[in-house]
Amino acid sequence: MPTERHALAADALGSDQIRARFHLDYAEFSLDVDLQLPGRGVTALFGHSGSGKTTLLRLIAGLIQVRDGHLKVNGDVWQDGRTFRPTHQRPLGYVFQEASLFPHLSARGNLAYGMRRVGNAMDRQALTQAVELLGIAHLLERRPHQLSGGERQRVAIARALAVQPRLLLMDEPLAALDLKRKLEILPYLERLHDQLEIPVLYVSHAPDEVARLADTVVLMEEGRVRALGPVADVFSRLDLALAQDQEASAIIEGVILGHDVDYALTHLGIPGGRLTVARVDREIHDSVRVRIHARDVSLALDEPGTSSILNILPARILEMREIEQAQVLVKLCTGASKATPLLARITRHSRDRLRLREGQEVFAQVKAVALMD
Amino acid sequence: MGFSDADLQAIWLTLRLAGLVTILLLLIGTPIAWWLARTRSRWKGPVGAVVALPLVLPPTVLGFYLLLAMGPNGPVGQLTQALGIGLLPFTFWGLVVASVFYSMPFVVQPIQNAIEALGERPLEVAATLRAGPWDRFFSVVLPLARPGFLTAAILGFAHTVGEFGVVLMIGGNIPGATRVVSVQIYDHVEAMEYGQAHWLAASMVVFSFLVLLALYTLNPRQRTF
Repeated sequence: MPTERHALAADALGSDQIRARFHLDYAEFSLDVDLQLPGRGVTALFGHSGSGKTTLLRLIAGLIQVRDGHLKVNGDVWQDGRTFRPTHQRPLGYVFQEASLFPHLSARGNLAYGMRRVGNAMDRQALTQAVELLGIAHLLERRPHQLSGGERQRVAIARALAVQPRLLLMDEPLAALDLKRKLEILPYLERLHDQLEIPVLYVSHAPDEVARLADTVVLMEEGRVRALGPVADVFSRLDLALAQDQEASAIIEGVILGHDVDYALTHLGIPGGRLTVARVDREIHDSVRVRIHARDVSLALDEPGTSSILNILPARILEMREIEQAQVLVKLCTGASKATPLLARITRHSRDRLRLREGQEVFAQVKAVALMD
Repeated sequence: MGFSDADLQAIWLTLRLAGLVTILLLLIGTPIAWWLARTRSRWKGPVGAVVALPLVLPPTVLGFYLLLAMGPNGPVGQLTQALGIGLLPFTFWGLVVASVFYSMPFVVQPIQNAIEALGERPLEVAATLRAGPWDRFFSVVLPLARPGFLTAAILGFAHTVGEFGVVLMIGGNIPGATRVVSVQIYDHVEAMEYGQAHWLAASMVVFSFLVLLALYTLNPRQRTF
C-alpha cells in the first residue's frame, strides 16, 4: 500500500532531520507512516488514544521491532532493511508516561545508572545541567517512594537528559499527573523547549500541551499521519478535527514591544500587526506564544469605531466551514503580509446576514488572548 | 546419645547434595523461568506443565523413568558411557541429576512469578539508558526480583533435603555416596533403632521449621505454595 509522504518544506528542515518510515500490521491495528521531521525543536505526535502515536514513538526507540522499517536520525541510520540497532545502542533519551524510576535506587542512583553506561560518570557538567534544568538538586538522596508523582517525573526527565541523548522521546509525560502536578512540571518542559538543542518528540493527546510546547505537529489518526506542519498551521486547518473542537484556536508567535505602565497593558508585535494584552512580566524583545480561541473572535464588516474591545485586526477570510447546524468556523489571515492565521467561530445566521464570502476583507475583534508561556 | 558417624556422614552428604543441586537449579532454572515468564510461544503451556510434573507425580514414578533413562540401555546411560563417565545410577552424581529434575518446579516457579510481576517496563527503561541484555538482567532483574530468587533457593534446597522416593529408586543405599538423611532414618527404623531415628527425624523437623520461618520472614506477602 503506498503511503502518503509527509514532510515539511525543505527550508524549515535545515540539514538535520529525522526520517522515519514504518509499516506494522496487527490483527486489530495497523500503522503506516512515512515521515520527515525537523532535526531540532519540539515535534508533537498528537492524536486520540489508539491513533498510533505511542506505537510510533516505541518504533523510533526500537522498543518495538518491525521488519518493514527505516529510521535515520540526523544522518545516522538506526534501522533499515538490513540493520536494526537495539534500543540500548541508540543515543536517545526516553521518558515514559508513568515515571518508572528504578525503585531499588535513589534519585541520584537513577541518574547515575544511565550516565555510567554512556561513560559519563565523571561528567559532572551533564549531571549538574540536568539537575538544574529540572530543579531536583534537593531530591537526589531520596528513594522514588519518597517523591511525589511530579517529582518522580522530573527525576525521570533528568535521567533521560543525563545520558546526553541526541534525540529525546517523551511519551505523554504529564498524562498520569493531576492538574496541579501538571502545572508544576510544565514550566520545566518549557525550559527544555527553550534550552535544549536536540530534537524532542513529544507524544500527547492534550491540545493545550501541544500548543504550549510544540514547534511542529504530527497529527495521527488510526495509525496514519493526517497532517504535519508548524503548530500554527496545523491548529488552524479547518479540515482537521482540531479546528472543529470547542477549544479550536489559533496559535501566534509574538514579541514584546513595550509596556503601558498606566493601564498595566503590554503590546505584542505579531507578524504584520500588534496585539494588546494585560500586563506580561517579560522583557522587551522577549518572544511569547499566544493562543486565541475561535469562540473569542467575532467579525465586523467595518472598523468598529467605538468598542470596548482592544484588539481589532484587519483580516481576510480564507475559508469557511459549517461545523454544526448553527455554527460556522472561519479561517482568516491577518497582518500586513497576511501570514498570521486566525480562527473565528460565528453563527450561520451572522455569516448570511453579513454576506461573508471567501476572499473578503473584514475586521476581527479579539475578545481574549491567552498567553502560553 | 547423639549422631553416630554414619548419621554425620549422611547429614554431610545431604547438605552437599542439596547445596550442589540448588546451585545447578539456579543456573538451569533461571533461564527456563525467564523464558516461561516472557514468551508468547505456544510451547509455554507444555513446557510449564513438564517443569511442574514432579509436583504431582509420585517420586517413585519419576525415579523409575530416570533409572531407565540413565541405565545401560537408556539414552542418557548410553551418552554417559560414550563420554567415558560410566553409569549414573547408584552414584552421587546420579542423585544430583535426579534431584535437579525433582526439585525443578520449586525453583522455577518462584523465579517465574517474580519476573512476571516485574513486567516489561523496568527492562525497557534500562534499555533506553544503554543497558544491554545481560546488564539489564544483573542490574535490574536480579535486584528487583531478589525475593523470588531467595525463595527459589531456599525451597530448592529444602525440597532436595527432604526427598526419599527418588533417592531409593536411583541411588539405593550406599554409605557416603547415596545414603542421605531420609534414607538413614528409614534404615534406623527398619533396624528398630528408634533413638537414632529420633535424633535425625527431630533435626529434620527443626530444620524444616527454620527454613519456612526464614521464607515467611523474607517474603511476608508472597506465599509460594
